[in-house]
Amino acid sequence: MKRSQGEGSHCPLVRRHFTQAGRRTVRGGSGWKSCGHPGGMEAAAEPGNLAGVRHIILVLSGKGGVGKSTISTELALALRHAGKKVGILDVDLCGPSIPRMLRVQGKAVHQCDSGWVPVFVDQEQSISLMSVGFLLEKPDEAVVWRGPKKNALIKQFVSDVAWGQLDYLVVDTPPGTSDEHMAVVDAMRPYSPLGALVVTTPQAVSVGDVRRELTFCKKVGLRVIGVVENMSGFVCPHCAALCPWTPRSRGAWRRAETSSGGSPRALRFLRSPA
Amino acid sequence: MEEVPHDCPGVGSAQAGRGASCQGCPNQGLCASGAGAAPDPAIEEIKEKMKTVKHKILVLSGKGGVGKSTFSAHLAHGLAEDENTQVALLDIDICGPSIPKIMGLEGEQVHQSGSGWSPVFLEDNLGVMSVGFLLSSPDDAVIWRGPKKNGMIKQFLRDVDWGEVDYLIVDTPPGTSDEHLSAVQYLAAAHIDGAVIITTPQEVSLQDVRKEINFCHKVKLPIIGVVENMSGFICPKCQESQIFPPTTGGAEVMCQGLKVPLLGKVPLDPRIGKSCDKGQSFLVEAPDSPATLAYRSIIQRIQEFCSLRQPKGENLVGS
Repeated sequence: MKRSQGEGSHCPLVRRHFTQAGRRTVRGGSGWKSCGHPGGMEAAAEPGNLAGVRHIILVLSGKGGVGKSTISTELALALRHAGKKVGILDVDLCGPSIPRMLRVQGKAVHQCDSGWVPVFVDQEQSISLMSVGFLLEKPDEAVVWRGPKKNALIKQFVSDVAWGQLDYLVVDTPPGTSDEHMAVVDAMRPYSPLGALVVTTPQAVSVGDVRRELTFCKKVGLRVIGVVENMSGFVCPHCAALCPWTPRSRGAWRRAETSSGGSPRALRFLRSPA
Repeated sequence: MEEVPHDCPGVGSAQAGRGASCQGCPNQGLCASGAGAAPDPAIEEIKEKMKTVKHKILVLSGKGGVGKSTFSAHLAHGLAEDENTQVALLDIDICGPSIPKIMGLEGEQVHQSGSGWSPVFLEDNLGVMSVGFLLSSPDDAVIWRGPKKNGMIKQFLRDVDWGEVDYLIVDTPPGTSDEHLSAVQYLAAAHIDGAVIITTPQEVSLQDVRKEINFCHKVKLPIIGVVENMSGFICPKCQESQIFPPTTGGAEVMCQGLKVPLLGKVPLDPRIGKSCDKGQSFLVEAPDSPATLAYRSIIQRIQEFCSLRQPKGENLVGS
């Protein structure tokens, strides 16, 4: 992990909850603003860097591997195609997939007066991206952090990235309902996110986790824009047959709608091999 | 979140908790008492508890949705087919506990006895524990930060009465974070046989799995091998396809490069998902499927690996 060499301060909270005490120099060398006490969150970030963002969309799922990063990427590309300026914030710190999906892996993050400059994906600078993937010294380096350290970096991603003027900021999250999700919801709250897109696949194991994610959204007061059922079918490239590669569990979808307290819009996507 | 005190002397320092800069720090008492420098007593307690467990296997993946829980469940089913083998399956995916559903045990309750929590028994020789059994409703979201999840994992390892067990399989969530660190840390003194790492063929998975392999190296966790899941798709019409093209060579090339064993490749049979949704063993439901044959071969290789491991007390996993 790229970091400046800080002094070896070892608060016991840091020792218990961090694998390594890291420091990052931002805007004049202020170092870590906090050590990651697990007791609670600080007040939300300065208004500056997100003030120019019109809409914030969180892409969530209780389940891993359902296509959150893919949907986040495709959503950003579709919005760009519609003439919008889009930012993508990848807060999956352990498994950052978006740089590879947009073919910008290995790019460096630069600093400006307002903070970190996100990586532009295209020459027109209509899609910008921030991911921990850009901050690793080696692409295979594991980010082995406990919650408090992840929370601190997510807060920095929210407050210290100079997004500029954006129509949409798409926030890609890891699976679950834990530190990263609470951190990003807390940090984004002052900016009134548009809401959450919740992604699932048809099988009951996915829908079960997504029901929990919908409960999470309700508890934290995050509006659910809608649910996306990904990998809804498979088009075989050999015989062009359309078949369900994950069987649909009857009734699971209706239970998900009921538990969300309403009927979120549902979109279904078929899978075709790349 | 609290600020690090300027000039914090450090937990291991003789001045810990006693220096002028410690005034006002929330952990001043902890440091002054020396408790901050002491190892967690739970590690020894878990070591004692794990003396009745012969082999411990972690099922990991940096990537979500590659089939860790599916594989963990079928590894447990496969091992438990021998009635003389006692198998335990521990689900430490606190936020997304899939194991109760996959094992057909949704709605079951955990009971307490004088010797601790009793796992839920699917068969006489197959016990299961998951946070899913502790939720009052399947829609309940477990919205916990890392320390609380760590506490739950500690309880699972210390307070569950597993009894005499031949294999303890630990199913993990994706990533390299609290749950993984806690499992390795708490089992540090109890000797983990190794980790089985699950991936799918595409590079987006492999790049996360390389991180997981690096995690294992960092925490000195032996790697039993890598399983490439969803390795091919059995189209019901033409019996041939590739749903996740291995654009960079798949797990085989990755394993050659990183010098870790490839345990096997499991093709995607749609009946696997169906069995998981119904809570049935795919190995029993579709005994002739190429996926079943692949599972059985991988299970056998895992058993061979475990039987070659040194006895407990040697080659301990460091954290």
